Amino acid sequence: MSLAGRGRPYAKAASAAFAYVCALCAFASVAVLLILIGQMLRFAWGWLDFQFLTSFDSQLSAHRAGVKAALVGSVYLIALTALFTVPVGVGAAVYLEEYAARSRWRGFVQTNIANLAGVPSIVYGILGLGLFVRGMHLGAGVLAGALTLSLVVLPVVILASQEALRAVPNTIRQASFALGATKWQTIWHQLLPAALPGIMTGVILAISRALGEAAPLVAIGAAGFVMFLPAGVNDKFTALPLQIYNWTENANEEFQFHVAAAGIIVLLVMLICLNAVAVYLRYRFGKRIRW
Amino acid sequence: MTPPSKPQSMTELTAEPKPRTLPLRRTTVDHSRVVDDLLDRPQKVVARDVNFFYGEHHALHDVSLSIPQNCVTALIGPSGCCKSTFLRCINRMNDMIEGTRLSGQILLDDVDIYRPRTDVVELRKRVGMVFQKSNPFPKSIYENVAYGPKVAGIRQRSQLDEIVEKCLRRAALWEEVADRLAASALQLSGGQQQRLCIARALATDPDVLLMDEPASALDPKSTARIEDLIFELKDSYTIVIVTHTMKQAARVSDQTAFFYEGRLVEVGATTDVFTKPRQRQTEDYITGRFG
Ligand SMILES: Nc1ncnc2c1ncn2[C@@H]1O[C@H](COP(=O)(O)OP(=O)(O)OP(=O)(O)O)[C@@H](O)[C@H]1O
Ligand SMILES: [Mg+2]
Repeated sequence: MSLAGRGRPYAKAASAAFAYVCALCAFASVAVLLILIGQMLRFAWGWLDFQFLTSFDSQLSAHRAGVKAALVGSVYLIALTALFTVPVGVGAAVYLEEYAARSRWRGFVQTNIANLAGVPSIVYGILGLGLFVRGMHLGAGVLAGALTLSLVVLPVVILASQEALRAVPNTIRQASFALGATKWQTIWHQLLPAALPGIMTGVILAISRALGEAAPLVAIGAAGFVMFLPAGVNDKFTALPLQIYNWTENANEEFQFHVAAAGIIVLLVMLICLNAVAVYLRYRFGKRIRW
Repeated sequence: MTPPSKPQSMTELTAEPKPRTLPLRRTTVDHSRVVDDLLDRPQKVVARDVNFFYGEHHALHDVSLSIPQNCVTALIGPSGCCKSTFLRCINRMNDMIEGTRLSGQILLDDVDIYRPRTDVVELRKRVGMVFQKSNPFPKSIYENVAYGPKVAGIRQRSQLDEIVEKCLRRAALWEEVADRLAASALQLSGGQQQRLCIARALATDPDVLLMDEPASALDPKSTARIEDLIFELKDSYTIVIVTHTMKQAARVSDQTAFFYEGRLVEVGATTDVFTKPRQRQTEDYITGRFG
């Protein structure tokens, strides 16, 4: 009784202190992000305008430089990446979860996918250089870039899709089979629709990762300075992170700070939009489907 | 609110079990043979010396049981005595569980459903199942009922509409949901969901209907409705029902099988099993001395 009475104030104080420390940690990380964004906005102020969005890069004047080629290149790139990764990633996840669930082979593949997810993206870049650019003679074009980025993000898509399929309760499978549905019908009509929000979320996260990757594109030799829009899939192209990197390398401080910052803001806005879509999907479908 | 289609049976159901007009007789030791000549009806499902294993666990021991056509057979017994296991053997839902094995035969219309050439998908179209826990798909009410016919290849909207209405009416749910067929099935109450699952099982037009404690989660009113329904369905289907309430077994079934620790202890006409059981264990169980 007396022991407990004496212990209590200390415990209370410690508990409160702990809560403050945790709050501080949370605040610190947000603060760093805010300072970063604030700084970028300050640099980009007056530089990020309509002209910036609609002009090509310029070697002569920072005031005439724009992000058009990189923006369009990035959009092409992530569209193609999604096109490649969604069918392959979802297919692989369906196979691993629904067909190979009990085999030993699955354990092997599963471990490797988990490992692949942790491989640094520059390694995929080298692979892309050897396989797509040189081996398949695609050149350092949009297609080679998208294929390389697909390699980077494929494990993410597979793992997220697997997770989503696993979250579909077994009772749904049983109900479907008990009604005389085939495996394929069960997957197509029940499991994939039920797993769709989770799969979409995973795909969007993968896409935002692809959007921010510079290293693999550097490795395959994608251009940093492009004065035209890619017309075909093998055309030379540049992407936002690459363009930003290129600007920060410029000796001219106007490029190094202001133009680069404006590019960074464009990239961040795109990422935030993608994430907003992911959050919306999770919210929207999470509400509709309750088990 | 009494079910509109069958007003007369409510009182009948709650009354003490009265002798049925069916020519059911008591069985002697060899159940399968005796039940054979017990009824002039054809035997829809015949289990012969069924042993069932969950991996190493020997669950069912030498079960031989005949299930006559257009009758209701109740499976009773204490929890864990393998009633559900036996039920799942009849539509091969146990195949979905890893490491299970069955020896012996289960004949459906004199064909062994465990012979290698069996088309399990076809089998499950003929043997419908209602699960212990209602498991509607996270789709609309309409889609839930139409799923079975759809996977069976029926595409015509008018035909599907007809089936949906017919089955919902038979499951005594039509009046409650007719104006919101497009609403999510998950919005229905527990009792309505269970009736929806029954309607869904009827939609594939099976020969045999397996019901695993269909009323275990329901209030007395919904239970009475489901019992009404079973009564009605018996004319067109062969029904096997697992139940924990002796009263329900007595009310709805023509034949009762008592399971104990994985063995079939006694099977016979329901009136006989309940009024003059031959085995001591049966008597103890139905009088509530154990289980
Ligand atoms: N998927 C499974 N894997 C392994 N053992 C199982 C599995 N399902 C059931 N069993 C075992 O088989 C035995 C019978 O289970 P079953 O579900 O058939 O009982 P039951 O008679 O339906 O019981 P209840 O009345 O509680 O539903 C139990 O001992 C149980 O542990
Ligand atoms: Mg059970």
